[in-house]
Amino acid sequence: MESRVCIFLLRIVPLLVLQGLTSGCSLLRTEEPVIFSESEPVIKPGIERRTITEADIDSEDFEVGAFVGVMSIEDFGSNVVYGVRAAYHTTEDFFFEVGAGTTQAGKTSYETLSGGAQLLTGSQRDLNYYNISLGYNVLPGEGFITSRYAFNSALYVIAGAGDTEFADDSHFTFNVGMGYRFLMNDWVALHLDFKDHIFESDLLGTDKYTHNLEGTVGLTMFF
Amino acid sequence: MRPERSFLVISNAWPLSPSPVFISILLLLQCLFVSPGYAGEEYYEVRVAEPYLEMHTGPGRGYPVFHVVDRGELVKVIKRRTDWFMVRTQRGKQGWVKRADMELTLTPDGEPTQFAEAGFGDFTRRRWEAGFLAGDFEGANIMSVYTDYYLTQNLSIELSMSQVFGNYSDALTASVNLLAQPFPEWRLSPFFLLGTGAFYTDPNVTLVNEQDRTEQISNVGLGVRWYLTRRFIVRAEYQNHVIFQNKDDNQEINEWKAGFAFFF
Repeated sequence: MESRVCIFLLRIVPLLVLQGLTSGCSLLRTEEPVIFSESEPVIKPGIERRTITEADIDSEDFEVGAFVGVMSIEDFGSNVVYGVRAAYHTTEDFFFEVGAGTTQAGKTSYETLSGGAQLLTGSQRDLNYYNISLGYNVLPGEGFITSRYAFNSALYVIAGAGDTEFADDSHFTFNVGMGYRFLMNDWVALHLDFKDHIFESDLLGTDKYTHNLEGTVGLTMFF
Repeated sequence: MRPERSFLVISNAWPLSPSPVFISILLLLQCLFVSPGYAGEEYYEVRVAEPYLEMHTGPGRGYPVFHVVDRGELVKVIKRRTDWFMVRTQRGKQGWVKRADMELTLTPDGEPTQFAEAGFGDFTRRRWEAGFLAGDFEGANIMSVYTDYYLTQNLSIELSMSQVFGNYSDALTASVNLLAQPFPEWRLSPFFLLGTGAFYTDPNVTLVNEQDRTEQISNVGLGVRWYLTRRFIVRAEYQNHVIFQNKDDNQEINEWKAGFAFFF
């Protein structure tokens, strides 16, 4: 009897073990086919697939900065003007620019000659403006310093509209101008700008369009 | 041989002879504005798949090609300006490549390089819109800025601020409007507008016996948005306003304006 049981056990145990092994193998095969498959490499390179999206690359289409210069207010002399500007470059040709500046009016010739007469009070002589303009890079190019260095630059024309606060009044103002952008490296630029701010004024009795010329130098950064 | 470029950031390209004052000014500027592109960041790399990749000296079609990268070489994508990409080769050459050429390269794992770009599909699905408009406000000039938030594709809520430049008085308005666009999938999409706001009048100093005043204003209007390209829209509209005046009869005003807008 015992020997029969032994024989039975000897037969059944290897079968069970074999079955266990084969089932283990089949499990192994379904889980990790890579090890046994010849079509795929044994070691998978750990590269994540991803397409480059706009947000992944540093996009520098905005330009912000400050400027200082001289602005001549028609009939009221010239004074220092300073302000800030921000631009958005939509294409290599066009950009939108928002600017704001402040200056002070001097005395008219009449006020100077008459001695005591005052057309405006102290605070009325403050001139503040803002404008929104469209610029076009009409002559993009390069500037050279000695034979060793080249800098990108652009001559642009710009025009827009905005508000000029002067003598306690708001004036709808057109601006037209021209500027030169000189890039010191990829993201710092020097500007030279000349602009005419045109608005209607009745300060000297009759309505007339005044031309207020402004020349500035500025420093901007792209980001 | 072309002159060196971007010498503010390439330290081994310092001149030996030019004025020390000039150099120190440039050094000072460099210290003031530490370039964000050189902070040891990791850049995306693309592999040149065409016979060569042309590098221009500047981000514009007219800038000359000063270097070509051979097929199979990897270049780092440093930054982008409008449709131009600044790349750096493995040997440290830096230049600008136009977008169409960049799209012929491959990512390191062999996929075609694609740059996500706002298109007409994004226009119909936009959530935010902002712009500026200028025009005529019953004979006076008007300038406006506005922001729209889209509750649904058809309905948006708008905050608008305007400045009016009149002969006898200036005014500021702030309005909240509800805009309905029945055909959001059209490239030239009409809309209707309904809203209300505050109208602040500031008479010119040359007039006497006029007080500053704030009144309620109602807005009814219609207009069109025209999808231009990328993220840009041209918008034109007509609005009919009623100003509920404190003293006399209500004043009716016609307003026409047009301008540019961006969407996000």
